[in-house]
This record gives sequence, structure tokens and C-alpha cells, in this order.
Amino acid sequence: MTSRERILGRIREALRVRAPVPGHAADDAAATMGEGSAEIRQWLPRVGATWEQQRDLFAQNSAALKTEFKQVSDAAAASAEIQGLAEAGHWRLVAAHRTPLLEEILARVEVETLWMGAGPVTDDLEICNAGVTTCEALVAQTGSVLVTSLGSGGRALSVLPPHHLVIARREQLVPDLPAAFALLREKYGDRFPSMISFITGPSRTGDIERILVLGAHGPKRLTVLLC
Amino acid sequence: MSTTASHFKRSATQYCHDADHRQRIRTALTGYEVKRDENKSRFQSWEDARQTAAEIKHEVINHLDRYLELFERNLKARGVQVHWASDAREACECIVRIARDNSVRRIIKSKSMTSEEIHLNAALEKEGFDVFESDLGEFIVQLRNEPPYHLVFPSMHLTRHQISETFTEKLGAERVSEPEQLTLIARRVMRQKFCKADMGVSGVNFGVAETGMISVTENEGNARLTTSLPRIHVALMGIEKLVRRMDDLALFLPMLATAGAGQALTCYNTLFGAARLPGEPDGPGQMHVVLLDNGRTAVLADAEQRDSLHCIRCGACLNVCPIFRNVGGHSYGTVYGGPIGSVITPNLRGMQDWKHLSFASSLCGACTEACPVKIDLAHHLLQNRRKAVKARPPFFEGLLWSGFAHLMRQPALYRLGAKVGRLLQPLHGLVQGSVLDPARGWTQSRETPRIARRSFTDWWKETHR
Repeated sequence: MTSRERILGRIREALRVRAPVPGHAADDAAATMGEGSAEIRQWLPRVGATWEQQRDLFAQNSAALKTEFKQVSDAAAASAEIQGLAEAGHWRLVAAHRTPLLEEILARVEVETLWMGAGPVTDDLEICNAGVTTCEALVAQTGSVLVTSLGSGGRALSVLPPHHLVIARREQLVPDLPAAFALLREKYGDRFPSMISFITGPSRTGDIERILVLGAHGPKRLTVLLC
Repeated sequence: MSTTASHFKRSATQYCHDADHRQRIRTALTGYEVKRDENKSRFQSWEDARQTAAEIKHEVINHLDRYLELFERNLKARGVQVHWASDAREACECIVRIARDNSVRRIIKSKSMTSEEIHLNAALEKEGFDVFESDLGEFIVQLRNEPPYHLVFPSMHLTRHQISETFTEKLGAERVSEPEQLTLIARRVMRQKFCKADMGVSGVNFGVAETGMISVTENEGNARLTTSLPRIHVALMGIEKLVRRMDDLALFLPMLATAGAGQALTCYNTLFGAARLPGEPDGPGQMHVVLLDNGRTAVLADAEQRDSLHCIRCGACLNVCPIFRNVGGHSYGTVYGGPIGSVITPNLRGMQDWKHLSFASSLCGACTEACPVKIDLAHHLLQNRRKAVKARPPFFEGLLWSGFAHLMRQPALYRLGAKVGRLLQPLHGLVQGSVLDPARGWTQSRETPRIARRSFTDWWKETHR
């Protein structure tokens, strides 16, 4: 008998005795389970209904998280923004993944770009000043950036360089976490990318005397440009 | 008394008298309480969220076989190798085998309490692998050869100066005093390790049955690196960590962050469902999930205590526990400290050796109130006491109670006893608190109340003639 069979056997044996449902009388086995997101949404923090309210909430959450959030008018304005960051930080090299939007934006920025392709990248990414990615969604409720290994240039690009710069489009702003999961389902069906990550602010730690320090292992700065 | 119990007593006594330690823990946790309450109040209904979370976990735990099979099937469909381990030894052997089969030399780990539970580091080091903890707090306690102090904040008992001293001694780093500088030192050291590691080992906060994914929650980005750079990813997971579907995480992720660290959402919440897939530029070539029982099915078999498997390891019960705050995380002598540790440790590791943890509680119920999945921890502590006493009734205590019961049923005897007691009480003063004192455990740190000169019955008789 394998460990798998032994463990499942022990579980089935154990579950022959029922346990009372929490918050219900012991004999009330009829407590039904809701269908999930609809029910969950009503307990979570409130989110406004309009796009402007959601953008304001995202901005407010970003400020609290120390994410640098800026709405820009178009791709050219995003390029100018990045050019400003590059000059202020004396950037020599940024890394990005190939999408028409990023190629357009970075073409106007006077910094060399390392484009993610196939093959080992760790050492190259190590020396980049910033990683530039698109995202799957921005979540207003939590101030999170949703990235995936398929849609945002793999796994390391958004976490290895010291500055993560995200370009998001207007229609990518979603109200809350249930909406973000619904979006993933809709886009990928059951062929999900190998990694799905909600990034909520720059990397941080409070492990030393519970004092907040940014840039523990991941990026010290997170910039979100909404255009 | 078992050695575990005497260790607990000795350590607890020492920590209780360490005013600096208490002050440090109090300061850290007061900040946490403020942030936690702030974020709780942003929920439209925290109480309803707790109830829903409890029901979801109840559903999963009470159909665990089905959800585990679904989880396994979905993982395997995307090429993830799933391993089952009955106990700590099997789990360690399994991970050692994966490392050996792939000619691994260096292993990097992100925070996992389950790996502490099975002493994975020691097992890997014994086989000659280099193992590095990448979570800052874990890295610090690993350098100091200490176990983590707290489920979520492993190094909360240390000052920046102690940490700097450790870095100087073990890493040859210069002395610094700012947390930011200390973090930078660790970041630099760990970056090198990340780039060279062959295998990354992570824990699992939630397993998603419906889609076959694991969810890992962290603030630092070290788990993201652990699962991005090395060529193999091994995730170690207790079998109870499942939720039904991805959407459940919309509830559990913010609740874990709020209850655990007073955050609205932890910095990185990442789902992994496969090794690198076609079309993705990087990522590990293999992904393994190791499912660990190690006593969990025994807890499952006890219907009364089954819900202690609902625990999401947020640490909220530790943070509010007056016992934890005074005796400190290391006194428990086990990986899972605080109220949840006192509930599950006796059931996972042996009631008679660990029952003292269930007795070391004032049953104030703060843990029950704090638990985001509504585990009635205080009640479980009582149930553990009952189990422990039933299995091995304490002889002298039984004798004492039956004597007391006898006395209380004989008013004449009781009155005589009170009179004799009052006459003899001054003699007790001679031995109070010393080894000759039969009530020493109680009296060495407390005043004994004096038996009244006149009993209530006497007073009543005199005044209500």
C-alpha cells in the first residue's frame, strides 16, 4: 500500500463521524454553502461603482502602500514619465517583455532595453535598473497589480530588478479580487499560466523590530502608470 | 513531570521575569493591533467574513479526500509531480530524493512552518546539501541556530543590535544600527544564494482544489525568487491547507493579511500551478508538491477537534494571547506556539508529553475571538485537558478532590475543619513557599488568604436570631 492510499484511507475512516458546522447547532447538517464570489464580495471592503471612484481608490491604496501611481494621458506621456525616472536614477539598462505597447513606449526612452526572450536571464536581469511590464489587471480594492508568467514577461522580470514599472491600460482596472479571478477565468479558461501573482506595493519587511523597510528581496520601488 | 513540561516551566519563568523582552513584544504587538483594527473596519462585515471562511474550511476539511484527489488530479494534468508523505521522515526522504535525483547542491528556502515541523533543514544538511533560509526573519534565526519565535514574525524577540551582532559574527558584516541597513546586508548575501541555487523549497498557504494550484503569501519577494530562479520548485504542504476554488482566495487572502499582520493584503500573493509552460520565458523546469499528513489524520478522526485543522496559520491567536506575550515563543518548545500550538501540539505529538501547554492558559478566550476562521481555541484547550486527565488521571489530585467533595457534604465536618484550619494556619507561615509547603506551587508567589475569624454561618446565626 502506498502512502497515498494509507493517507486517503485514514481520512475516509476519520470522516465517517460528522463534525458540526461552525455557527450552527450540532444536528443542523443542512447548512448550505454559497456559490462563492457573489457571497464573498458583500463582506469585503467597499468599492465604488464608477471607474473614477475605482481609480481614486486605487490611488489611495497606492499611497498607503508606497506604490508610485500616476495616470498619464497616452503612451507618449508614459514614455516621458519613464524618461524622467531614467534620468533621475541614472539608468543604464532596463528589462522588458515584447508587447506592442511596451515596444512603442520604450522606443522613445533613451535607455538601452533588454528584451526578455527564451533562455537563462538571471544574470542579465541582475544588472538592470528596472523591469518594465504590462499587467493583467489593477485591483482597486487592494491596490494590487495582477501579473502572470505568460502576460508579464515571466517570473523574474517583475521581482528581480530593484524597480518594477507597470504599464496598465484604462480598461484593466477591476473593482475587487473576485473580479480579478473572474477575469483570469475568462481570459485563460483552464489553461492558466504557471504563475499568477498579486503584487501589492513594493517588496517590504518588518522582521527587524517590526519597523517597515522597503526593498527586502524584491523591488524597492513600484511604479504604476495608467494610460 | 515530562522533560518538555519542565523545559516549559523553566523557560516561562525566565521569560516572565525579563521585563525588556515583555516590553519589546508588547510594543511590537500594540502596533499590530492598531493596524489590524483599522483594516478589519474596512471590511463590510468582518464577522460575516469569518463565518463564511469557517464554513468554507468546514466544507473542505469534511470532504478532504475528495478535495485532495481533485487537487492532485489537476496538478498532475499540468505536469506537477505530487508526492504523499505519512510522516516527517517520509517527507524529508522524499525531498532528499528529489534533490539527489537532480544533482542538486544548493537549496534556497522561503518561509515554511511545515518544513520546521518536519525539521527539513537538518535532514537536508545531513545529506550534504547547503540550505539557506531566504525570509529575513528566518535567515536571522537560522544564523543564530534558533527556532522561529513566532509563526509569522520569526525574529520578533530580537533587537536590531542583537541582529547586527549576529551579522557581524556570522557574515563578517560591519556593525550598523538601522533596520534598513541590516535588511540591505541580508539582501546582498541572499541575492548571491538565489542566483546560485539549484532548488527552491516553498511552503503553501492555500491549495486550490478546483484549479490545482498552490498559493504562497509573503511580503519580501523571497518566495517569488525562490520559485523563479532555481531549476526545481518543491512545495511542502500539510494536507489540510486546501480551499475549494480560486474565488475563495478573494476572502482568505485579505483575511490572512489582516488577522496575521494587520495588513489589507500581503505584498505578494502568488499562485503556482505548474513548472515553466510553453511560451513563458523563465521559471523552473520541474515542480513538485509534497503532501504531508504527520498526525493530521488523527486530528481529523476526532470530530470535536476536527476544526483545529481549519487553521490558516495567521498567528492572530498568538498576538492576542496574554500567555504568549509573557512566556514568549520559545518557551513552548514546539514549532507551533501560542494558543493554536497548545491545541494541536498535544494531538500531533503526544498528549502526555505536551498536555502542559493546554493547562498553561487562563482560558480568557481572546484567541477564540481573534481567529479568522472561528476555531474555538479556548474550548479546545479545555477538551485537551479533559482528554489528558481521562487518559491518565492524576492520583493525588483525584484524592484531594474526593476528600474535598466529602468534606463539602458534611457541614459539621466542614465547620470543624475551618476552625482547626484557623488555629493551624499560623504554622503554615513558617513553611510558606518552601519545599516543606504542600501548596508550594500556589503559595511561593502568592499570599495565602487568611481564614476568617468568624464564618458566614456564625455571623448569620448571630445577626438573624
